[in-house]
Amino acid sequence: MIRFTSVAKLYETGGGPALERISFHVGRGEFVFLTGHSGAGKSTILKLIYAEERPSSGDVRALGFQIPRITADEIPRLRRRLGIVFQDFRLLADRTAAENIAFALEVTGAREDVIPQRVTRVLEQVGLANKADAFPRELSGGEQQRIAIARALVNDPAVLLADEPTGNLDERASRGVYQLLRDINDTGTVVLMATHNLELVRASGQRIVELRDGTLVFDSAADQEEVS
Amino acid sequence: MRLLWREAFLSFSRTRTLSVLSVTTIAFALFVTGLFGLVAINLRAALGQIEERVEIVAFVLRGTPSQGLAIAMEDINAFPEVLSVRYVTEEEALAQAKEDLVEFRDAYEAVQINPLPPSLELRLKPGYRDAAHVGEVAERLRGFPFIEDVRYGRDWVEKLDRLRAIGGIVGGVIGLAFALVSVVIIGVTIRITVLQRAREISIMRLVGATDWFIRGPFLLEGAIKGFLGGVLAFLLCLGVYSLFKAQGLGLGVGLQFFEPIHVFGFLAFGMLLGLGGSLVSVGRHLRKV
Repeated sequence: MIRFTSVAKLYETGGGPALERISFHVGRGEFVFLTGHSGAGKSTILKLIYAEERPSSGDVRALGFQIPRITADEIPRLRRRLGIVFQDFRLLADRTAAENIAFALEVTGAREDVIPQRVTRVLEQVGLANKADAFPRELSGGEQQRIAIARALVNDPAVLLADEPTGNLDERASRGVYQLLRDINDTGTVVLMATHNLELVRASGQRIVELRDGTLVFDSAADQEEVS
Repeated sequence: MRLLWREAFLSFSRTRTLSVLSVTTIAFALFVTGLFGLVAINLRAALGQIEERVEIVAFVLRGTPSQGLAIAMEDINAFPEVLSVRYVTEEEALAQAKEDLVEFRDAYEAVQINPLPPSLELRLKPGYRDAAHVGEVAERLRGFPFIEDVRYGRDWVEKLDRLRAIGGIVGGVIGLAFALVSVVIIGVTIRITVLQRAREISIMRLVGATDWFIRGPFLLEGAIKGFLGGVLAFLLCLGVYSLFKAQGLGLGVGLQFFEPIHVFGFLAFGMLLGLGGSLVSVGRHLRKV
């Protein structure tokens, strides 16, 4: 589904490389934690997957798209097969929860008659069917993140990318969001979650890819392969 | 398509103050351009009236047979530049002179012999009333054996030519400058709208909207704002025109206003400016993010 091969990324703004010699692979149905301290390169890896950035060298493949050579026309097609969730939720303040979710369908040209039922389905999936008409300001942080996840899910993505989705949430809400992402993963969607919440990561028993200063220092899957 | 209209109108209503500000700014930019247009139209009308006075007088030798003169007049009338030819007899010339030159009336009364020769008075078609054409026609007239002399006030026609040229250049430069200022102002107001909606644009891109899909509502919004600005500017111009007309002002020919085709062009220009401003602003933003 996703493959990084000797990827390096240097930003034009200067400073050291954001990523160096990164190689890993994410297969079908996997749940992967991307961990590391702030500035380690977690967000850059996610940005490379959804083609917000291009690698300076090496190769990135995501859902069959070759990111270094992806064209402007292909980027929307790639993103329609990905779901993306951020720490700051990125909801439109002047639209209700249902409208925020429907917006993701509308901009991709979905048929108008299927939009309401698909919105209801994902709202039920994230447990917020009763909040359809609420505006973001009327929701708690955890609820807003659930709406953001529902929006990411509404296009039935093959891969869900979550960049610090629990970063703004308290412990309880964080566990709730993580559980929701696990449930989504159970339906077959690949989940790649960047986080520095080590407590959550350690307790999960999921695959961990750890970054330090732009280099991959630990991959629990590779470790297991070595053991076996 | 429905989504396009909905998003454009939603954006309008959500950013009501900014939208009103944009329309007003566009309206004032176009209003200034429109005012200049009105001045230009009225100057042209005044110049046109002066141009109508351009006349060539060809003095005819006394004793020229009337039959030969009639044939020649037909030939002259067939010149592409000529609008009309009128034969003025000696008596008519004297009567006219008495009427025009009151101070010499007694002198004319005293003379026993009419000193004024008969003449042909030529009026030229619009577009041929410049020094070059007038001179050309005068030269052709001199070729007729019965023509004694040709007068057309060379200095005056050349001055009119210069006035026309200066008017054209100054008008073109000022008009272009106003239009450019309008484009810049409209570009800036639409850029503010784009920046205000940067978050929405970034979300649209993340969920897989194509750039053209993102541009659509902005382009429509820009076109609507430009059109509304154009309507407002037109009404302001109409107001100013009515005010001046009520005061009885005008450049001798009565105050002129835009023709319907100008109004249509004005509104289309406003719409195009809005559309162009949006296209540039959104395009620049999309390239940046």
